[in-house]
Amino acid sequence: MRSRFMVLVLAGVTLAILVALGEVLPSWSIFLLVTAAAKGLAALGLVLVVRSGLLSFGQGLFYCAGGYGAGLLMLWGGITDMTLLVLAGGVVALLFGLLTAPLLASYRGIFFATLTLALSMLMHGALTKADFLGGSDGLNLHSPTLFGMRPASAAEAVYMLYLFSSVLVVVVAVACRLHFDSLRGLLSLATRDNEIRVEYLGASVSRVISENFIAAAFLGGVGGALNAIAVGHIDPELAFWTTSGEFVFVAILSGYLSVGAVFASSILLELIRSFSSQYFPNAWQMSLGIFMLASILFLPNGIGGLIVRRKERDSEKDPA
Amino acid sequence: MTVVLEAKQLNKSFGSVVAARDISVVVNRSERLGLIGTNGAGKTTFVNIVTGYIKPDTGNVCLEGRDITGHTPRSITRAGVCRSFQVPQLFLTLTTAQSLAVAFGIADGRAFSPEASIDAEMERKVEDMLERFRLTGYRNRVVAELPGGVRKLIDIAIAVTRTPKVLLLDEPTSGVAVEEKFALMDIVMSALGSDVTVLFVEHDMDIVSRYAQRVLAFYDGKIIADDLPETVFANQTVRTHITGTAN
Amino acid sequence: MELVTTILIDGLIDASWIFIVAVGLTLIFGVLNILNIAHGNFYAIGAYAAANAVGIYYSGSEAYPPMLGLVAMTVAALAVAVVLGPLLERGLLRFFYHRDEIVLVLVTYALFLILEDATKLIWGVNPYYAYEPYSLFGTVSIGKLDYVGYDFFLIGLAVVIGILLWLGLNRTRSGKVVLAVIHDREMSSAAGVNVTKIFVISFTIGVFLAALGGAFTAPKISVQPGLAVMVVLFSFAVAVIGGLGSIEGAAIASLIVGIARALAIHLAPWAELFIVYLAMALMLAVRPQGIFSPTALRKI
Repeated sequence: MRSRFMVLVLAGVTLAILVALGEVLPSWSIFLLVTAAAKGLAALGLVLVVRSGLLSFGQGLFYCAGGYGAGLLMLWGGITDMTLLVLAGGVVALLFGLLTAPLLASYRGIFFATLTLALSMLMHGALTKADFLGGSDGLNLHSPTLFGMRPASAAEAVYMLYLFSSVLVVVVAVACRLHFDSLRGLLSLATRDNEIRVEYLGASVSRVISENFIAAAFLGGVGGALNAIAVGHIDPELAFWTTSGEFVFVAILSGYLSVGAVFASSILLELIRSFSSQYFPNAWQMSLGIFMLASILFLPNGIGGLIVRRKERDSEKDPA
Repeated sequence: MTVVLEAKQLNKSFGSVVAARDISVVVNRSERLGLIGTNGAGKTTFVNIVTGYIKPDTGNVCLEGRDITGHTPRSITRAGVCRSFQVPQLFLTLTTAQSLAVAFGIADGRAFSPEASIDAEMERKVEDMLERFRLTGYRNRVVAELPGGVRKLIDIAIAVTRTPKVLLLDEPTSGVAVEEKFALMDIVMSALGSDVTVLFVEHDMDIVSRYAQRVLAFYDGKIIADDLPETVFANQTVRTHITGTAN
Repeated sequence: MELVTTILIDGLIDASWIFIVAVGLTLIFGVLNILNIAHGNFYAIGAYAAANAVGIYYSGSEAYPPMLGLVAMTVAALAVAVVLGPLLERGLLRFFYHRDEIVLVLVTYALFLILEDATKLIWGVNPYYAYEPYSLFGTVSIGKLDYVGYDFFLIGLAVVIGILLWLGLNRTRSGKVVLAVIHDREMSSAAGVNVTKIFVISFTIGVFLAALGGAFTAPKISVQPGLAVMVVLFSFAVAVIGGLGSIEGAAIASLIVGIARALAIHLAPWAELFIVYLAMALMLAVRPQGIFSPTALRKI
């Protein structure tokens, strides 16, 4: 466990590196980093759920809710500021989280996974038939602004979005890292390990799981909103189960111990996707599948497990 | 002598099996009670009713006068009745220190506040508990790697973080090597404050005679003896059905 | 009145292919405790294989009896099952049996991703058509409407499969052994059942059923990428509503899902897509173990 000071220092360094990269990298690759950030935020939400012992196959529900929340606020409400849109997306998704958490909190294992999937597909079905929301084609969005500044060119728009995403990601990452290291973070892991013991210590497992789930919903919405304004388009596919599957991929690859690993895995996903679509358009899903199998077989705690485990084992002592 | 826990006329059946028949027990503060009986005699059912795992069909349980019958395990724990388990229920991927920290955090409510970190105060409490239970050397070891006897101690230690009014230990020395049983009970008993009331289920009669001030003998869902250890062990019915030393 | 007939018949036709596929999924879950996300891929591969078989069979000389094309399709499905079933169960899935049940779901999800692309790499992205068998049974008139005879053949096929499965499980010795494994794997193993053999055979039968569903649906659709993704969802819905592991449940649930969809299509088109998931969500919320539940409930 790192001290708070170390976390902040690491965050500052990461932000500096990201900003520097933004000056150097070509536009297509910083756009890739933005979409990786969006997906990574949603996957980070899923990791929160995994930390309390459950796997959701419906994180897409919140990703979609956030996207539509931000998109509709832009199209109908005239708001174009990124910060407001992303916040709105998070809040809309949070509301969906508050609605669904009470139902979901009493389910475990496969039943939890299938119910989250069903709820997400419900949204997909409803949106596909909702013509006033664009139906299956979805809606196109306008360009976003930041604190009143409007980008002068496409390249500048991407760059502005990238800077915004970098700050957003670093802020969220710091918050999550501090949360992971806190008592509440430990309580999530304890719940994952042994729910009975948690109840017999006097804590409500239902509450632990619900809180994590609702926080996951918020993060899913923030990611969905960011994705929406980056891509400039929202459609029901955001709630399709294969979208949720991508978040599952990232969460499994990264494990639930390291925040950085989540974004690294998300970047990897985007790299595989864009590389493949150029050279092997019919093999990128296969690559993902193979990565996932390898991860399940050889890295049970994901990539993050490699980083974090070493630190925790440092101070082992043999009993006298 | 203040009454800390009272069970009145507890009855519980599972289908045609009567697990508890009119069980009534009055427990006084600071008492150390041993619960003995063969498997299926009703001691575990009694413990499970008191700790909220099952509801009795009839009868009630009162903690310091307050009725806790049929409450959830969570609520009963918060009221001050804590337990350890026959098979230790632990957080296998956490370290010993982390397990204690979580337990303390739940006990003082800070585990649910988003900004509560593991500060110096918490570390001090954890360190203190580690010392009391002779677990200091295992502070940063992941629980999954630890041997059975140590796991038993951790199971009991995390139950004690709440400074319970009543502590129920379910077979604290079962599965522990014979030569380590007394050491374990010594550690546990000396780690507990003198005002903690302890009920422990045990099969090892030596342990019971050494650490219990009073013994409850269960048989066929009933309490057949409730007295000092020597008296209970001399009881003919107890000797026939439980200790197997009848003449 | 006519509307009712239309809805019932459309629902029944839909229910037929859904049952054939979903019963395989529920069987795999019942015996092996695997929620097979790759199940839709077996359907798709069965459809492609049947399209190939049909293509080969009907391009031969006119002397081949057209009806035997159905046999060719069955053989195609069987080939898929016999190759993929043992290969995947022994070569991949069994390495994860000792781990949490969710891990197996992730493995089948990874398998889904791999097979999606494998199918595209083998058969390409252009649609295949296997329309010849579709006209084998002529047309059937019910009231004022004409239906394709092949669709009624499908209904008959589903019924036959259902009966054969039920008889196989409940009236044969090996079938009862399989039921025992579904109810309690550990006890069965302790009683001396060769659980490994049961696993491989059951999984292969499950794959066969999915492939068969795909093979016999192929004449009605264009066989192209994207089939697996939708089919797996319907199978899930049916298996969950019927109760994971229950054959009878799958039959009733298929009817429910088939008729629900038909109702939506005719009366409330806006609900067409999500009525199935609504039914699934409602069942999970109200009675998570499904209509019939041979396996234990995993809800707190």
